[in-house]
This record gives sequence, structure tokens and C-alpha cells, in this order.
Amino acid sequence: MSDSCTQIIADYAFRSLGYGERLLPRTDFTLCHEFTLIGSGLIWNIYFGTLALLFGFFFATGLALAKAAPSAVLRRPAELFIFVFRGSPLFIQFFLAYELLVMLPKAGIDVFGITIETAWTTKAWAGALFVLFLNTSAYSAEIFYGALQSVPKGDIEAADAYGLTGWSKFRRVLWPTMLRLAWPSYTNEAIFLFHATTLVYFSGFPAFQQRGDALYYAKFFADKTFNPFIPYPITAFYFILVTLTLIGLFGIINRRLNRHLPGQHRPKLRIRPQIIR
Amino acid sequence: MFDTCADPKTLEGLSWLLCYLTTGKHLAFYSSFFVVLALMAIVAPVALAFGFGGAIAARSPVLPLRWFGKAYTAMVRGIPDIVFFLFVPVVMDQGLEYLRYLYKCPHDGTPVWANNEFSVCAAAKLPLSTSPQIWHEVYGFTLAVIAFSIVFGAFAANVLYGAMNAVPRAQLETAEAYGMSPAQVRRRVLIPQMWTYALPGLSNLWMILIKATPLLFLLGVEDIVYWARELGATKSQLYDYPHPDWRVWYVLALLVFYLGMTKLSERVLDRLSARLSKGQATMAGEAQRKAAV
Repeated sequence: MSDSCTQIIADYAFRSLGYGERLLPRTDFTLCHEFTLIGSGLIWNIYFGTLALLFGFFFATGLALAKAAPSAVLRRPAELFIFVFRGSPLFIQFFLAYELLVMLPKAGIDVFGITIETAWTTKAWAGALFVLFLNTSAYSAEIFYGALQSVPKGDIEAADAYGLTGWSKFRRVLWPTMLRLAWPSYTNEAIFLFHATTLVYFSGFPAFQQRGDALYYAKFFADKTFNPFIPYPITAFYFILVTLTLIGLFGIINRRLNRHLPGQHRPKLRIRPQIIR
Repeated sequence: MFDTCADPKTLEGLSWLLCYLTTGKHLAFYSSFFVVLALMAIVAPVALAFGFGGAIAARSPVLPLRWFGKAYTAMVRGIPDIVFFLFVPVVMDQGLEYLRYLYKCPHDGTPVWANNEFSVCAAAKLPLSTSPQIWHEVYGFTLAVIAFSIVFGAFAANVLYGAMNAVPRAQLETAEAYGMSPAQVRRRVLIPQMWTYALPGLSNLWMILIKATPLLFLLGVEDIVYWARELGATKSQLYDYPHPDWRVWYVLALLVFYLGMTKLSERVLDRLSARLSKGQATMAGEAQRKAAV
């Protein structure tokens, strides 16, 4: 192991994914070690956050529509789902999901002669992602539902006057307006989802071969060096970068969603942590 | 607890369950729910006070004070709260032990931080290794309360800062027109009037606080998550009450507890919100007025 920083980066940049040097450093922790390994862990945070957000977006739209549906068959399950996932701590959800997934038969489930493997579901990349997906779906669905309820009456009447019904009415009028109204809150949700990904390796899901996320490595360094003043600020620095990137990306989408409005009426994106989660 | 429980191996069915659920460890599990409730009861007012200070500071005309307030409110926007939960207790612990080190330890030149160790002499340890177990637990709990208060204070500062800005300017101008000084305006108009604007945010914050309490487990406090894992784990025949892995049931019980807390809080907060909206120049206040006519 060389002391040069490029060598450290080459050794540890993808340590969290299982590539490069297997053994974690034991002594002589340099700033470079800490930056590289915590950055390596950040890959997991981005993986969890991005995929949960992407899948969650579509499921949340469906849930919001179901919650707004007049039929109780659709509405009740959606309400229950949203209540359970918004009303309980994510931490407990991770624990419960892990315990449930561990209970699946180890040898796999036999369906019509085809064995479905179950071992992979207890791994964080699948199990924790699934929980995060359900969790963000519930929070986003509540945001989308609120926005759907505040779509201006005039917009709907105009759509009716144009003879739009069903899918085309939803696709051309309801959905874009809903997204436009929901977007500032949805940006908050995205930011807090990325923050929530730090919980994965502190709840039920074990970090296989010490492949963890950014906070996992930060705690590793803090425990080894008894110096919390370096690893945690590095983690904070990385997360501020992630937050700023998210605000930038969501700001671009926000501009596109509001492009038909005259300049001074376009709502600006602001993070308001008091509104969410 | 009961006399019939003296020999658990002979018990069956309901009486077994009754004895099982009243073992000493289960009673500790039940009392740990009070630890969680105590945490919420202490953190809520302290965080509100911190938030109040932060919001006032962020509006202060004194520049350094304003910077401090703004930095405090901005802190939770970009950084995950769990980073603070891990960071603050360690820093507090080391800081306090270092202060005690300066007074209580012989200074023979051994550095405090060396070789990836933080070591002070036994007299400076907090709490002392000779003190009873309960003090170790109280100390851990206190550090957790401070960490929670700082983080939730920052959230509350955001809410209160927004609420203070939301009080209609005309109301403040009216107060000024009556000849009140800035301090009087703040005390008599701004602060009483801001609560109706702050309540939605503060309610949300209370919900977040409820859902953040399992993080006590990460800070090493013996809370409900700790006991659920401890009691639910597989117990072999060596134990009085052998059973397979029951963690899923214990965690399910915690889930129900949290859902109940959420439901209860929602009801109380709805009533509070209706009370605070009375006579206010807001949509909720207007709806109440129309309903009363």
C-alpha cells in the first residue's frame, strides 16, 4: 500500500462495491483515506436515493390517484398504505422488513417446479431499496394527493370543454398541473430521501464484507481514531454537494413545468424542511 | 412476578404466555417505553426554546448574531440529521472529559489525543467507572437529549423564522402606530400572532420527532428497539422460556405503538389547530367564521 493519494484512490474508490483493496486501513488514517472511503460509500447513498425516487415517482402517482378515487375499493387500501408508511419510523420499517425477509425459506420458493431464489432479498441492495421505495412512495403520494386536490377548478372545466376525457385529460391537464403544484414539496422529499439512505446500514441490514454507505465509513473512522471532527464533516460536505445537485436538477424540471407561466408568477424552489417528513 | 411462574418449564398455553410476558426483562421492556416518552417530553420544549432563540437570532439586527441564526437554521437542510446524532454525543463526551482532565488530572505530558486514542485519567472519566450503572444510563440519555434538542431546535428555528415572517405586516404596523417600541411589538403582537402560522410546521415536527425516537438505539440507550431485539432473539433450552426467533413480532408491536402515537397526535393537533385559528385572518379562521354565521 503506497502512501500517495492517487494510490489510495485507486485502492479504495470502489471499496464499497467490493472492488480494489479488500482490507480497510488499520493505522495511519490520512485525510485522503477518509475522503476516498466516505466518497466510495456515497455511491450506495446515490444508488438507493436515485432508484427509490425513480420507482417511487410512478407508484406514488398511482397511489395519489387511488387515494383521490371516489371508489372505496381503491381509496381505502391507498389510505391505509400511506398511513402505515408515513405514520411509522423508517428505522422500524427497515427492521421489520429485514426480519420478514429473513423468514422466507432459505432454499427458495418452489413455484410450478421453478425455484425462486430468496437469499438476495435480505441483502441491502435489494431489501433496503424496496423499503425505501415503499416509504418514499407513501410520502410522495401524500404530496401528489394534496396537489391533485388543489388543481384549479377552471383547468378541469377547460379540459371538459375541449372534450378531453379519461387518459388524455389526465395526461394533458391533471398530471402536469399536479406536478407543477407538487414540485417544491417533492424537491424537499427527494432531499430528505437521500438523507434517509444513511439509515440503511444502521438498521437491520448488515454491511456485507464492510461494504457500507458514506455514514458507515464515517462511523468506522470515528470509532477507530476517536476523532469525530474529520469523518463527520467530510460526510456533511458530501451530502451538501448531493443536496445542491438535487436542488439544481429539480430546479431545471421546475422551470420546465412552469414554462407557460409569465415570469413573475413562476414559483421559485425553496427548501423548507418544516413541511416534510 | 407471580408465584405460579416459579417453574416455567411446566407451564403451557395461556399461563405460559402470562408468565412469559411478565418476566423481569419484559417489565424492563415496558418501562423503556417511558424512556421514549420522556425523551419526547424533554426534547419538545427544549427544542422549541432552541428554535425560538435561533429564529430571533436570524432576525437580529446584529450581524454576527444574524449569521449564527442563519447558519443554525441552514444546518439541517443539507446534512442528514443522523450525522448530528452520531456526531454531537461524541463531541459532548470528549469535550466534557477534556474539561475535567484540565482540572482533575496530573499533567505529566501525556497527550489526550494520541495513537488514535482519546484517553484521560480515571478521575476525569464521565461518569466515573466506580459510579453505579444508573448514572451511566442517565449520562447516555442526557447526551442523546442534547443531540436531539440541537437537531430539532434547528428544524424548529426554520419553522418559527418562517412563521414570524408570515405575520401580516399591517398588524405590526398598527402596533407601531400605537407607539410601541420594537421590543413591545415583538412581545405583544409578533410572538402571540405567529403561533397560528407556526402550528402546521410544528405539528409536522412533532411527528418527525416521534419517528426519530428509535434512533436512541444507535446512541446506545436501552430503548424499545434494544429490548425488542434482545427479547425477540432465539432463546435456547438454557433459558427459562425457550422460543424461536420472535423478533418480527416484537418489531411489529413497536410499529403498532408508533402508528398509535401518530394517530393520537393527529387528533390532538387538529383540535389545537382549530383553537388557534379562531378569529385569525387565515383561510381556516375565515372558514370557522362562515360556519358560525
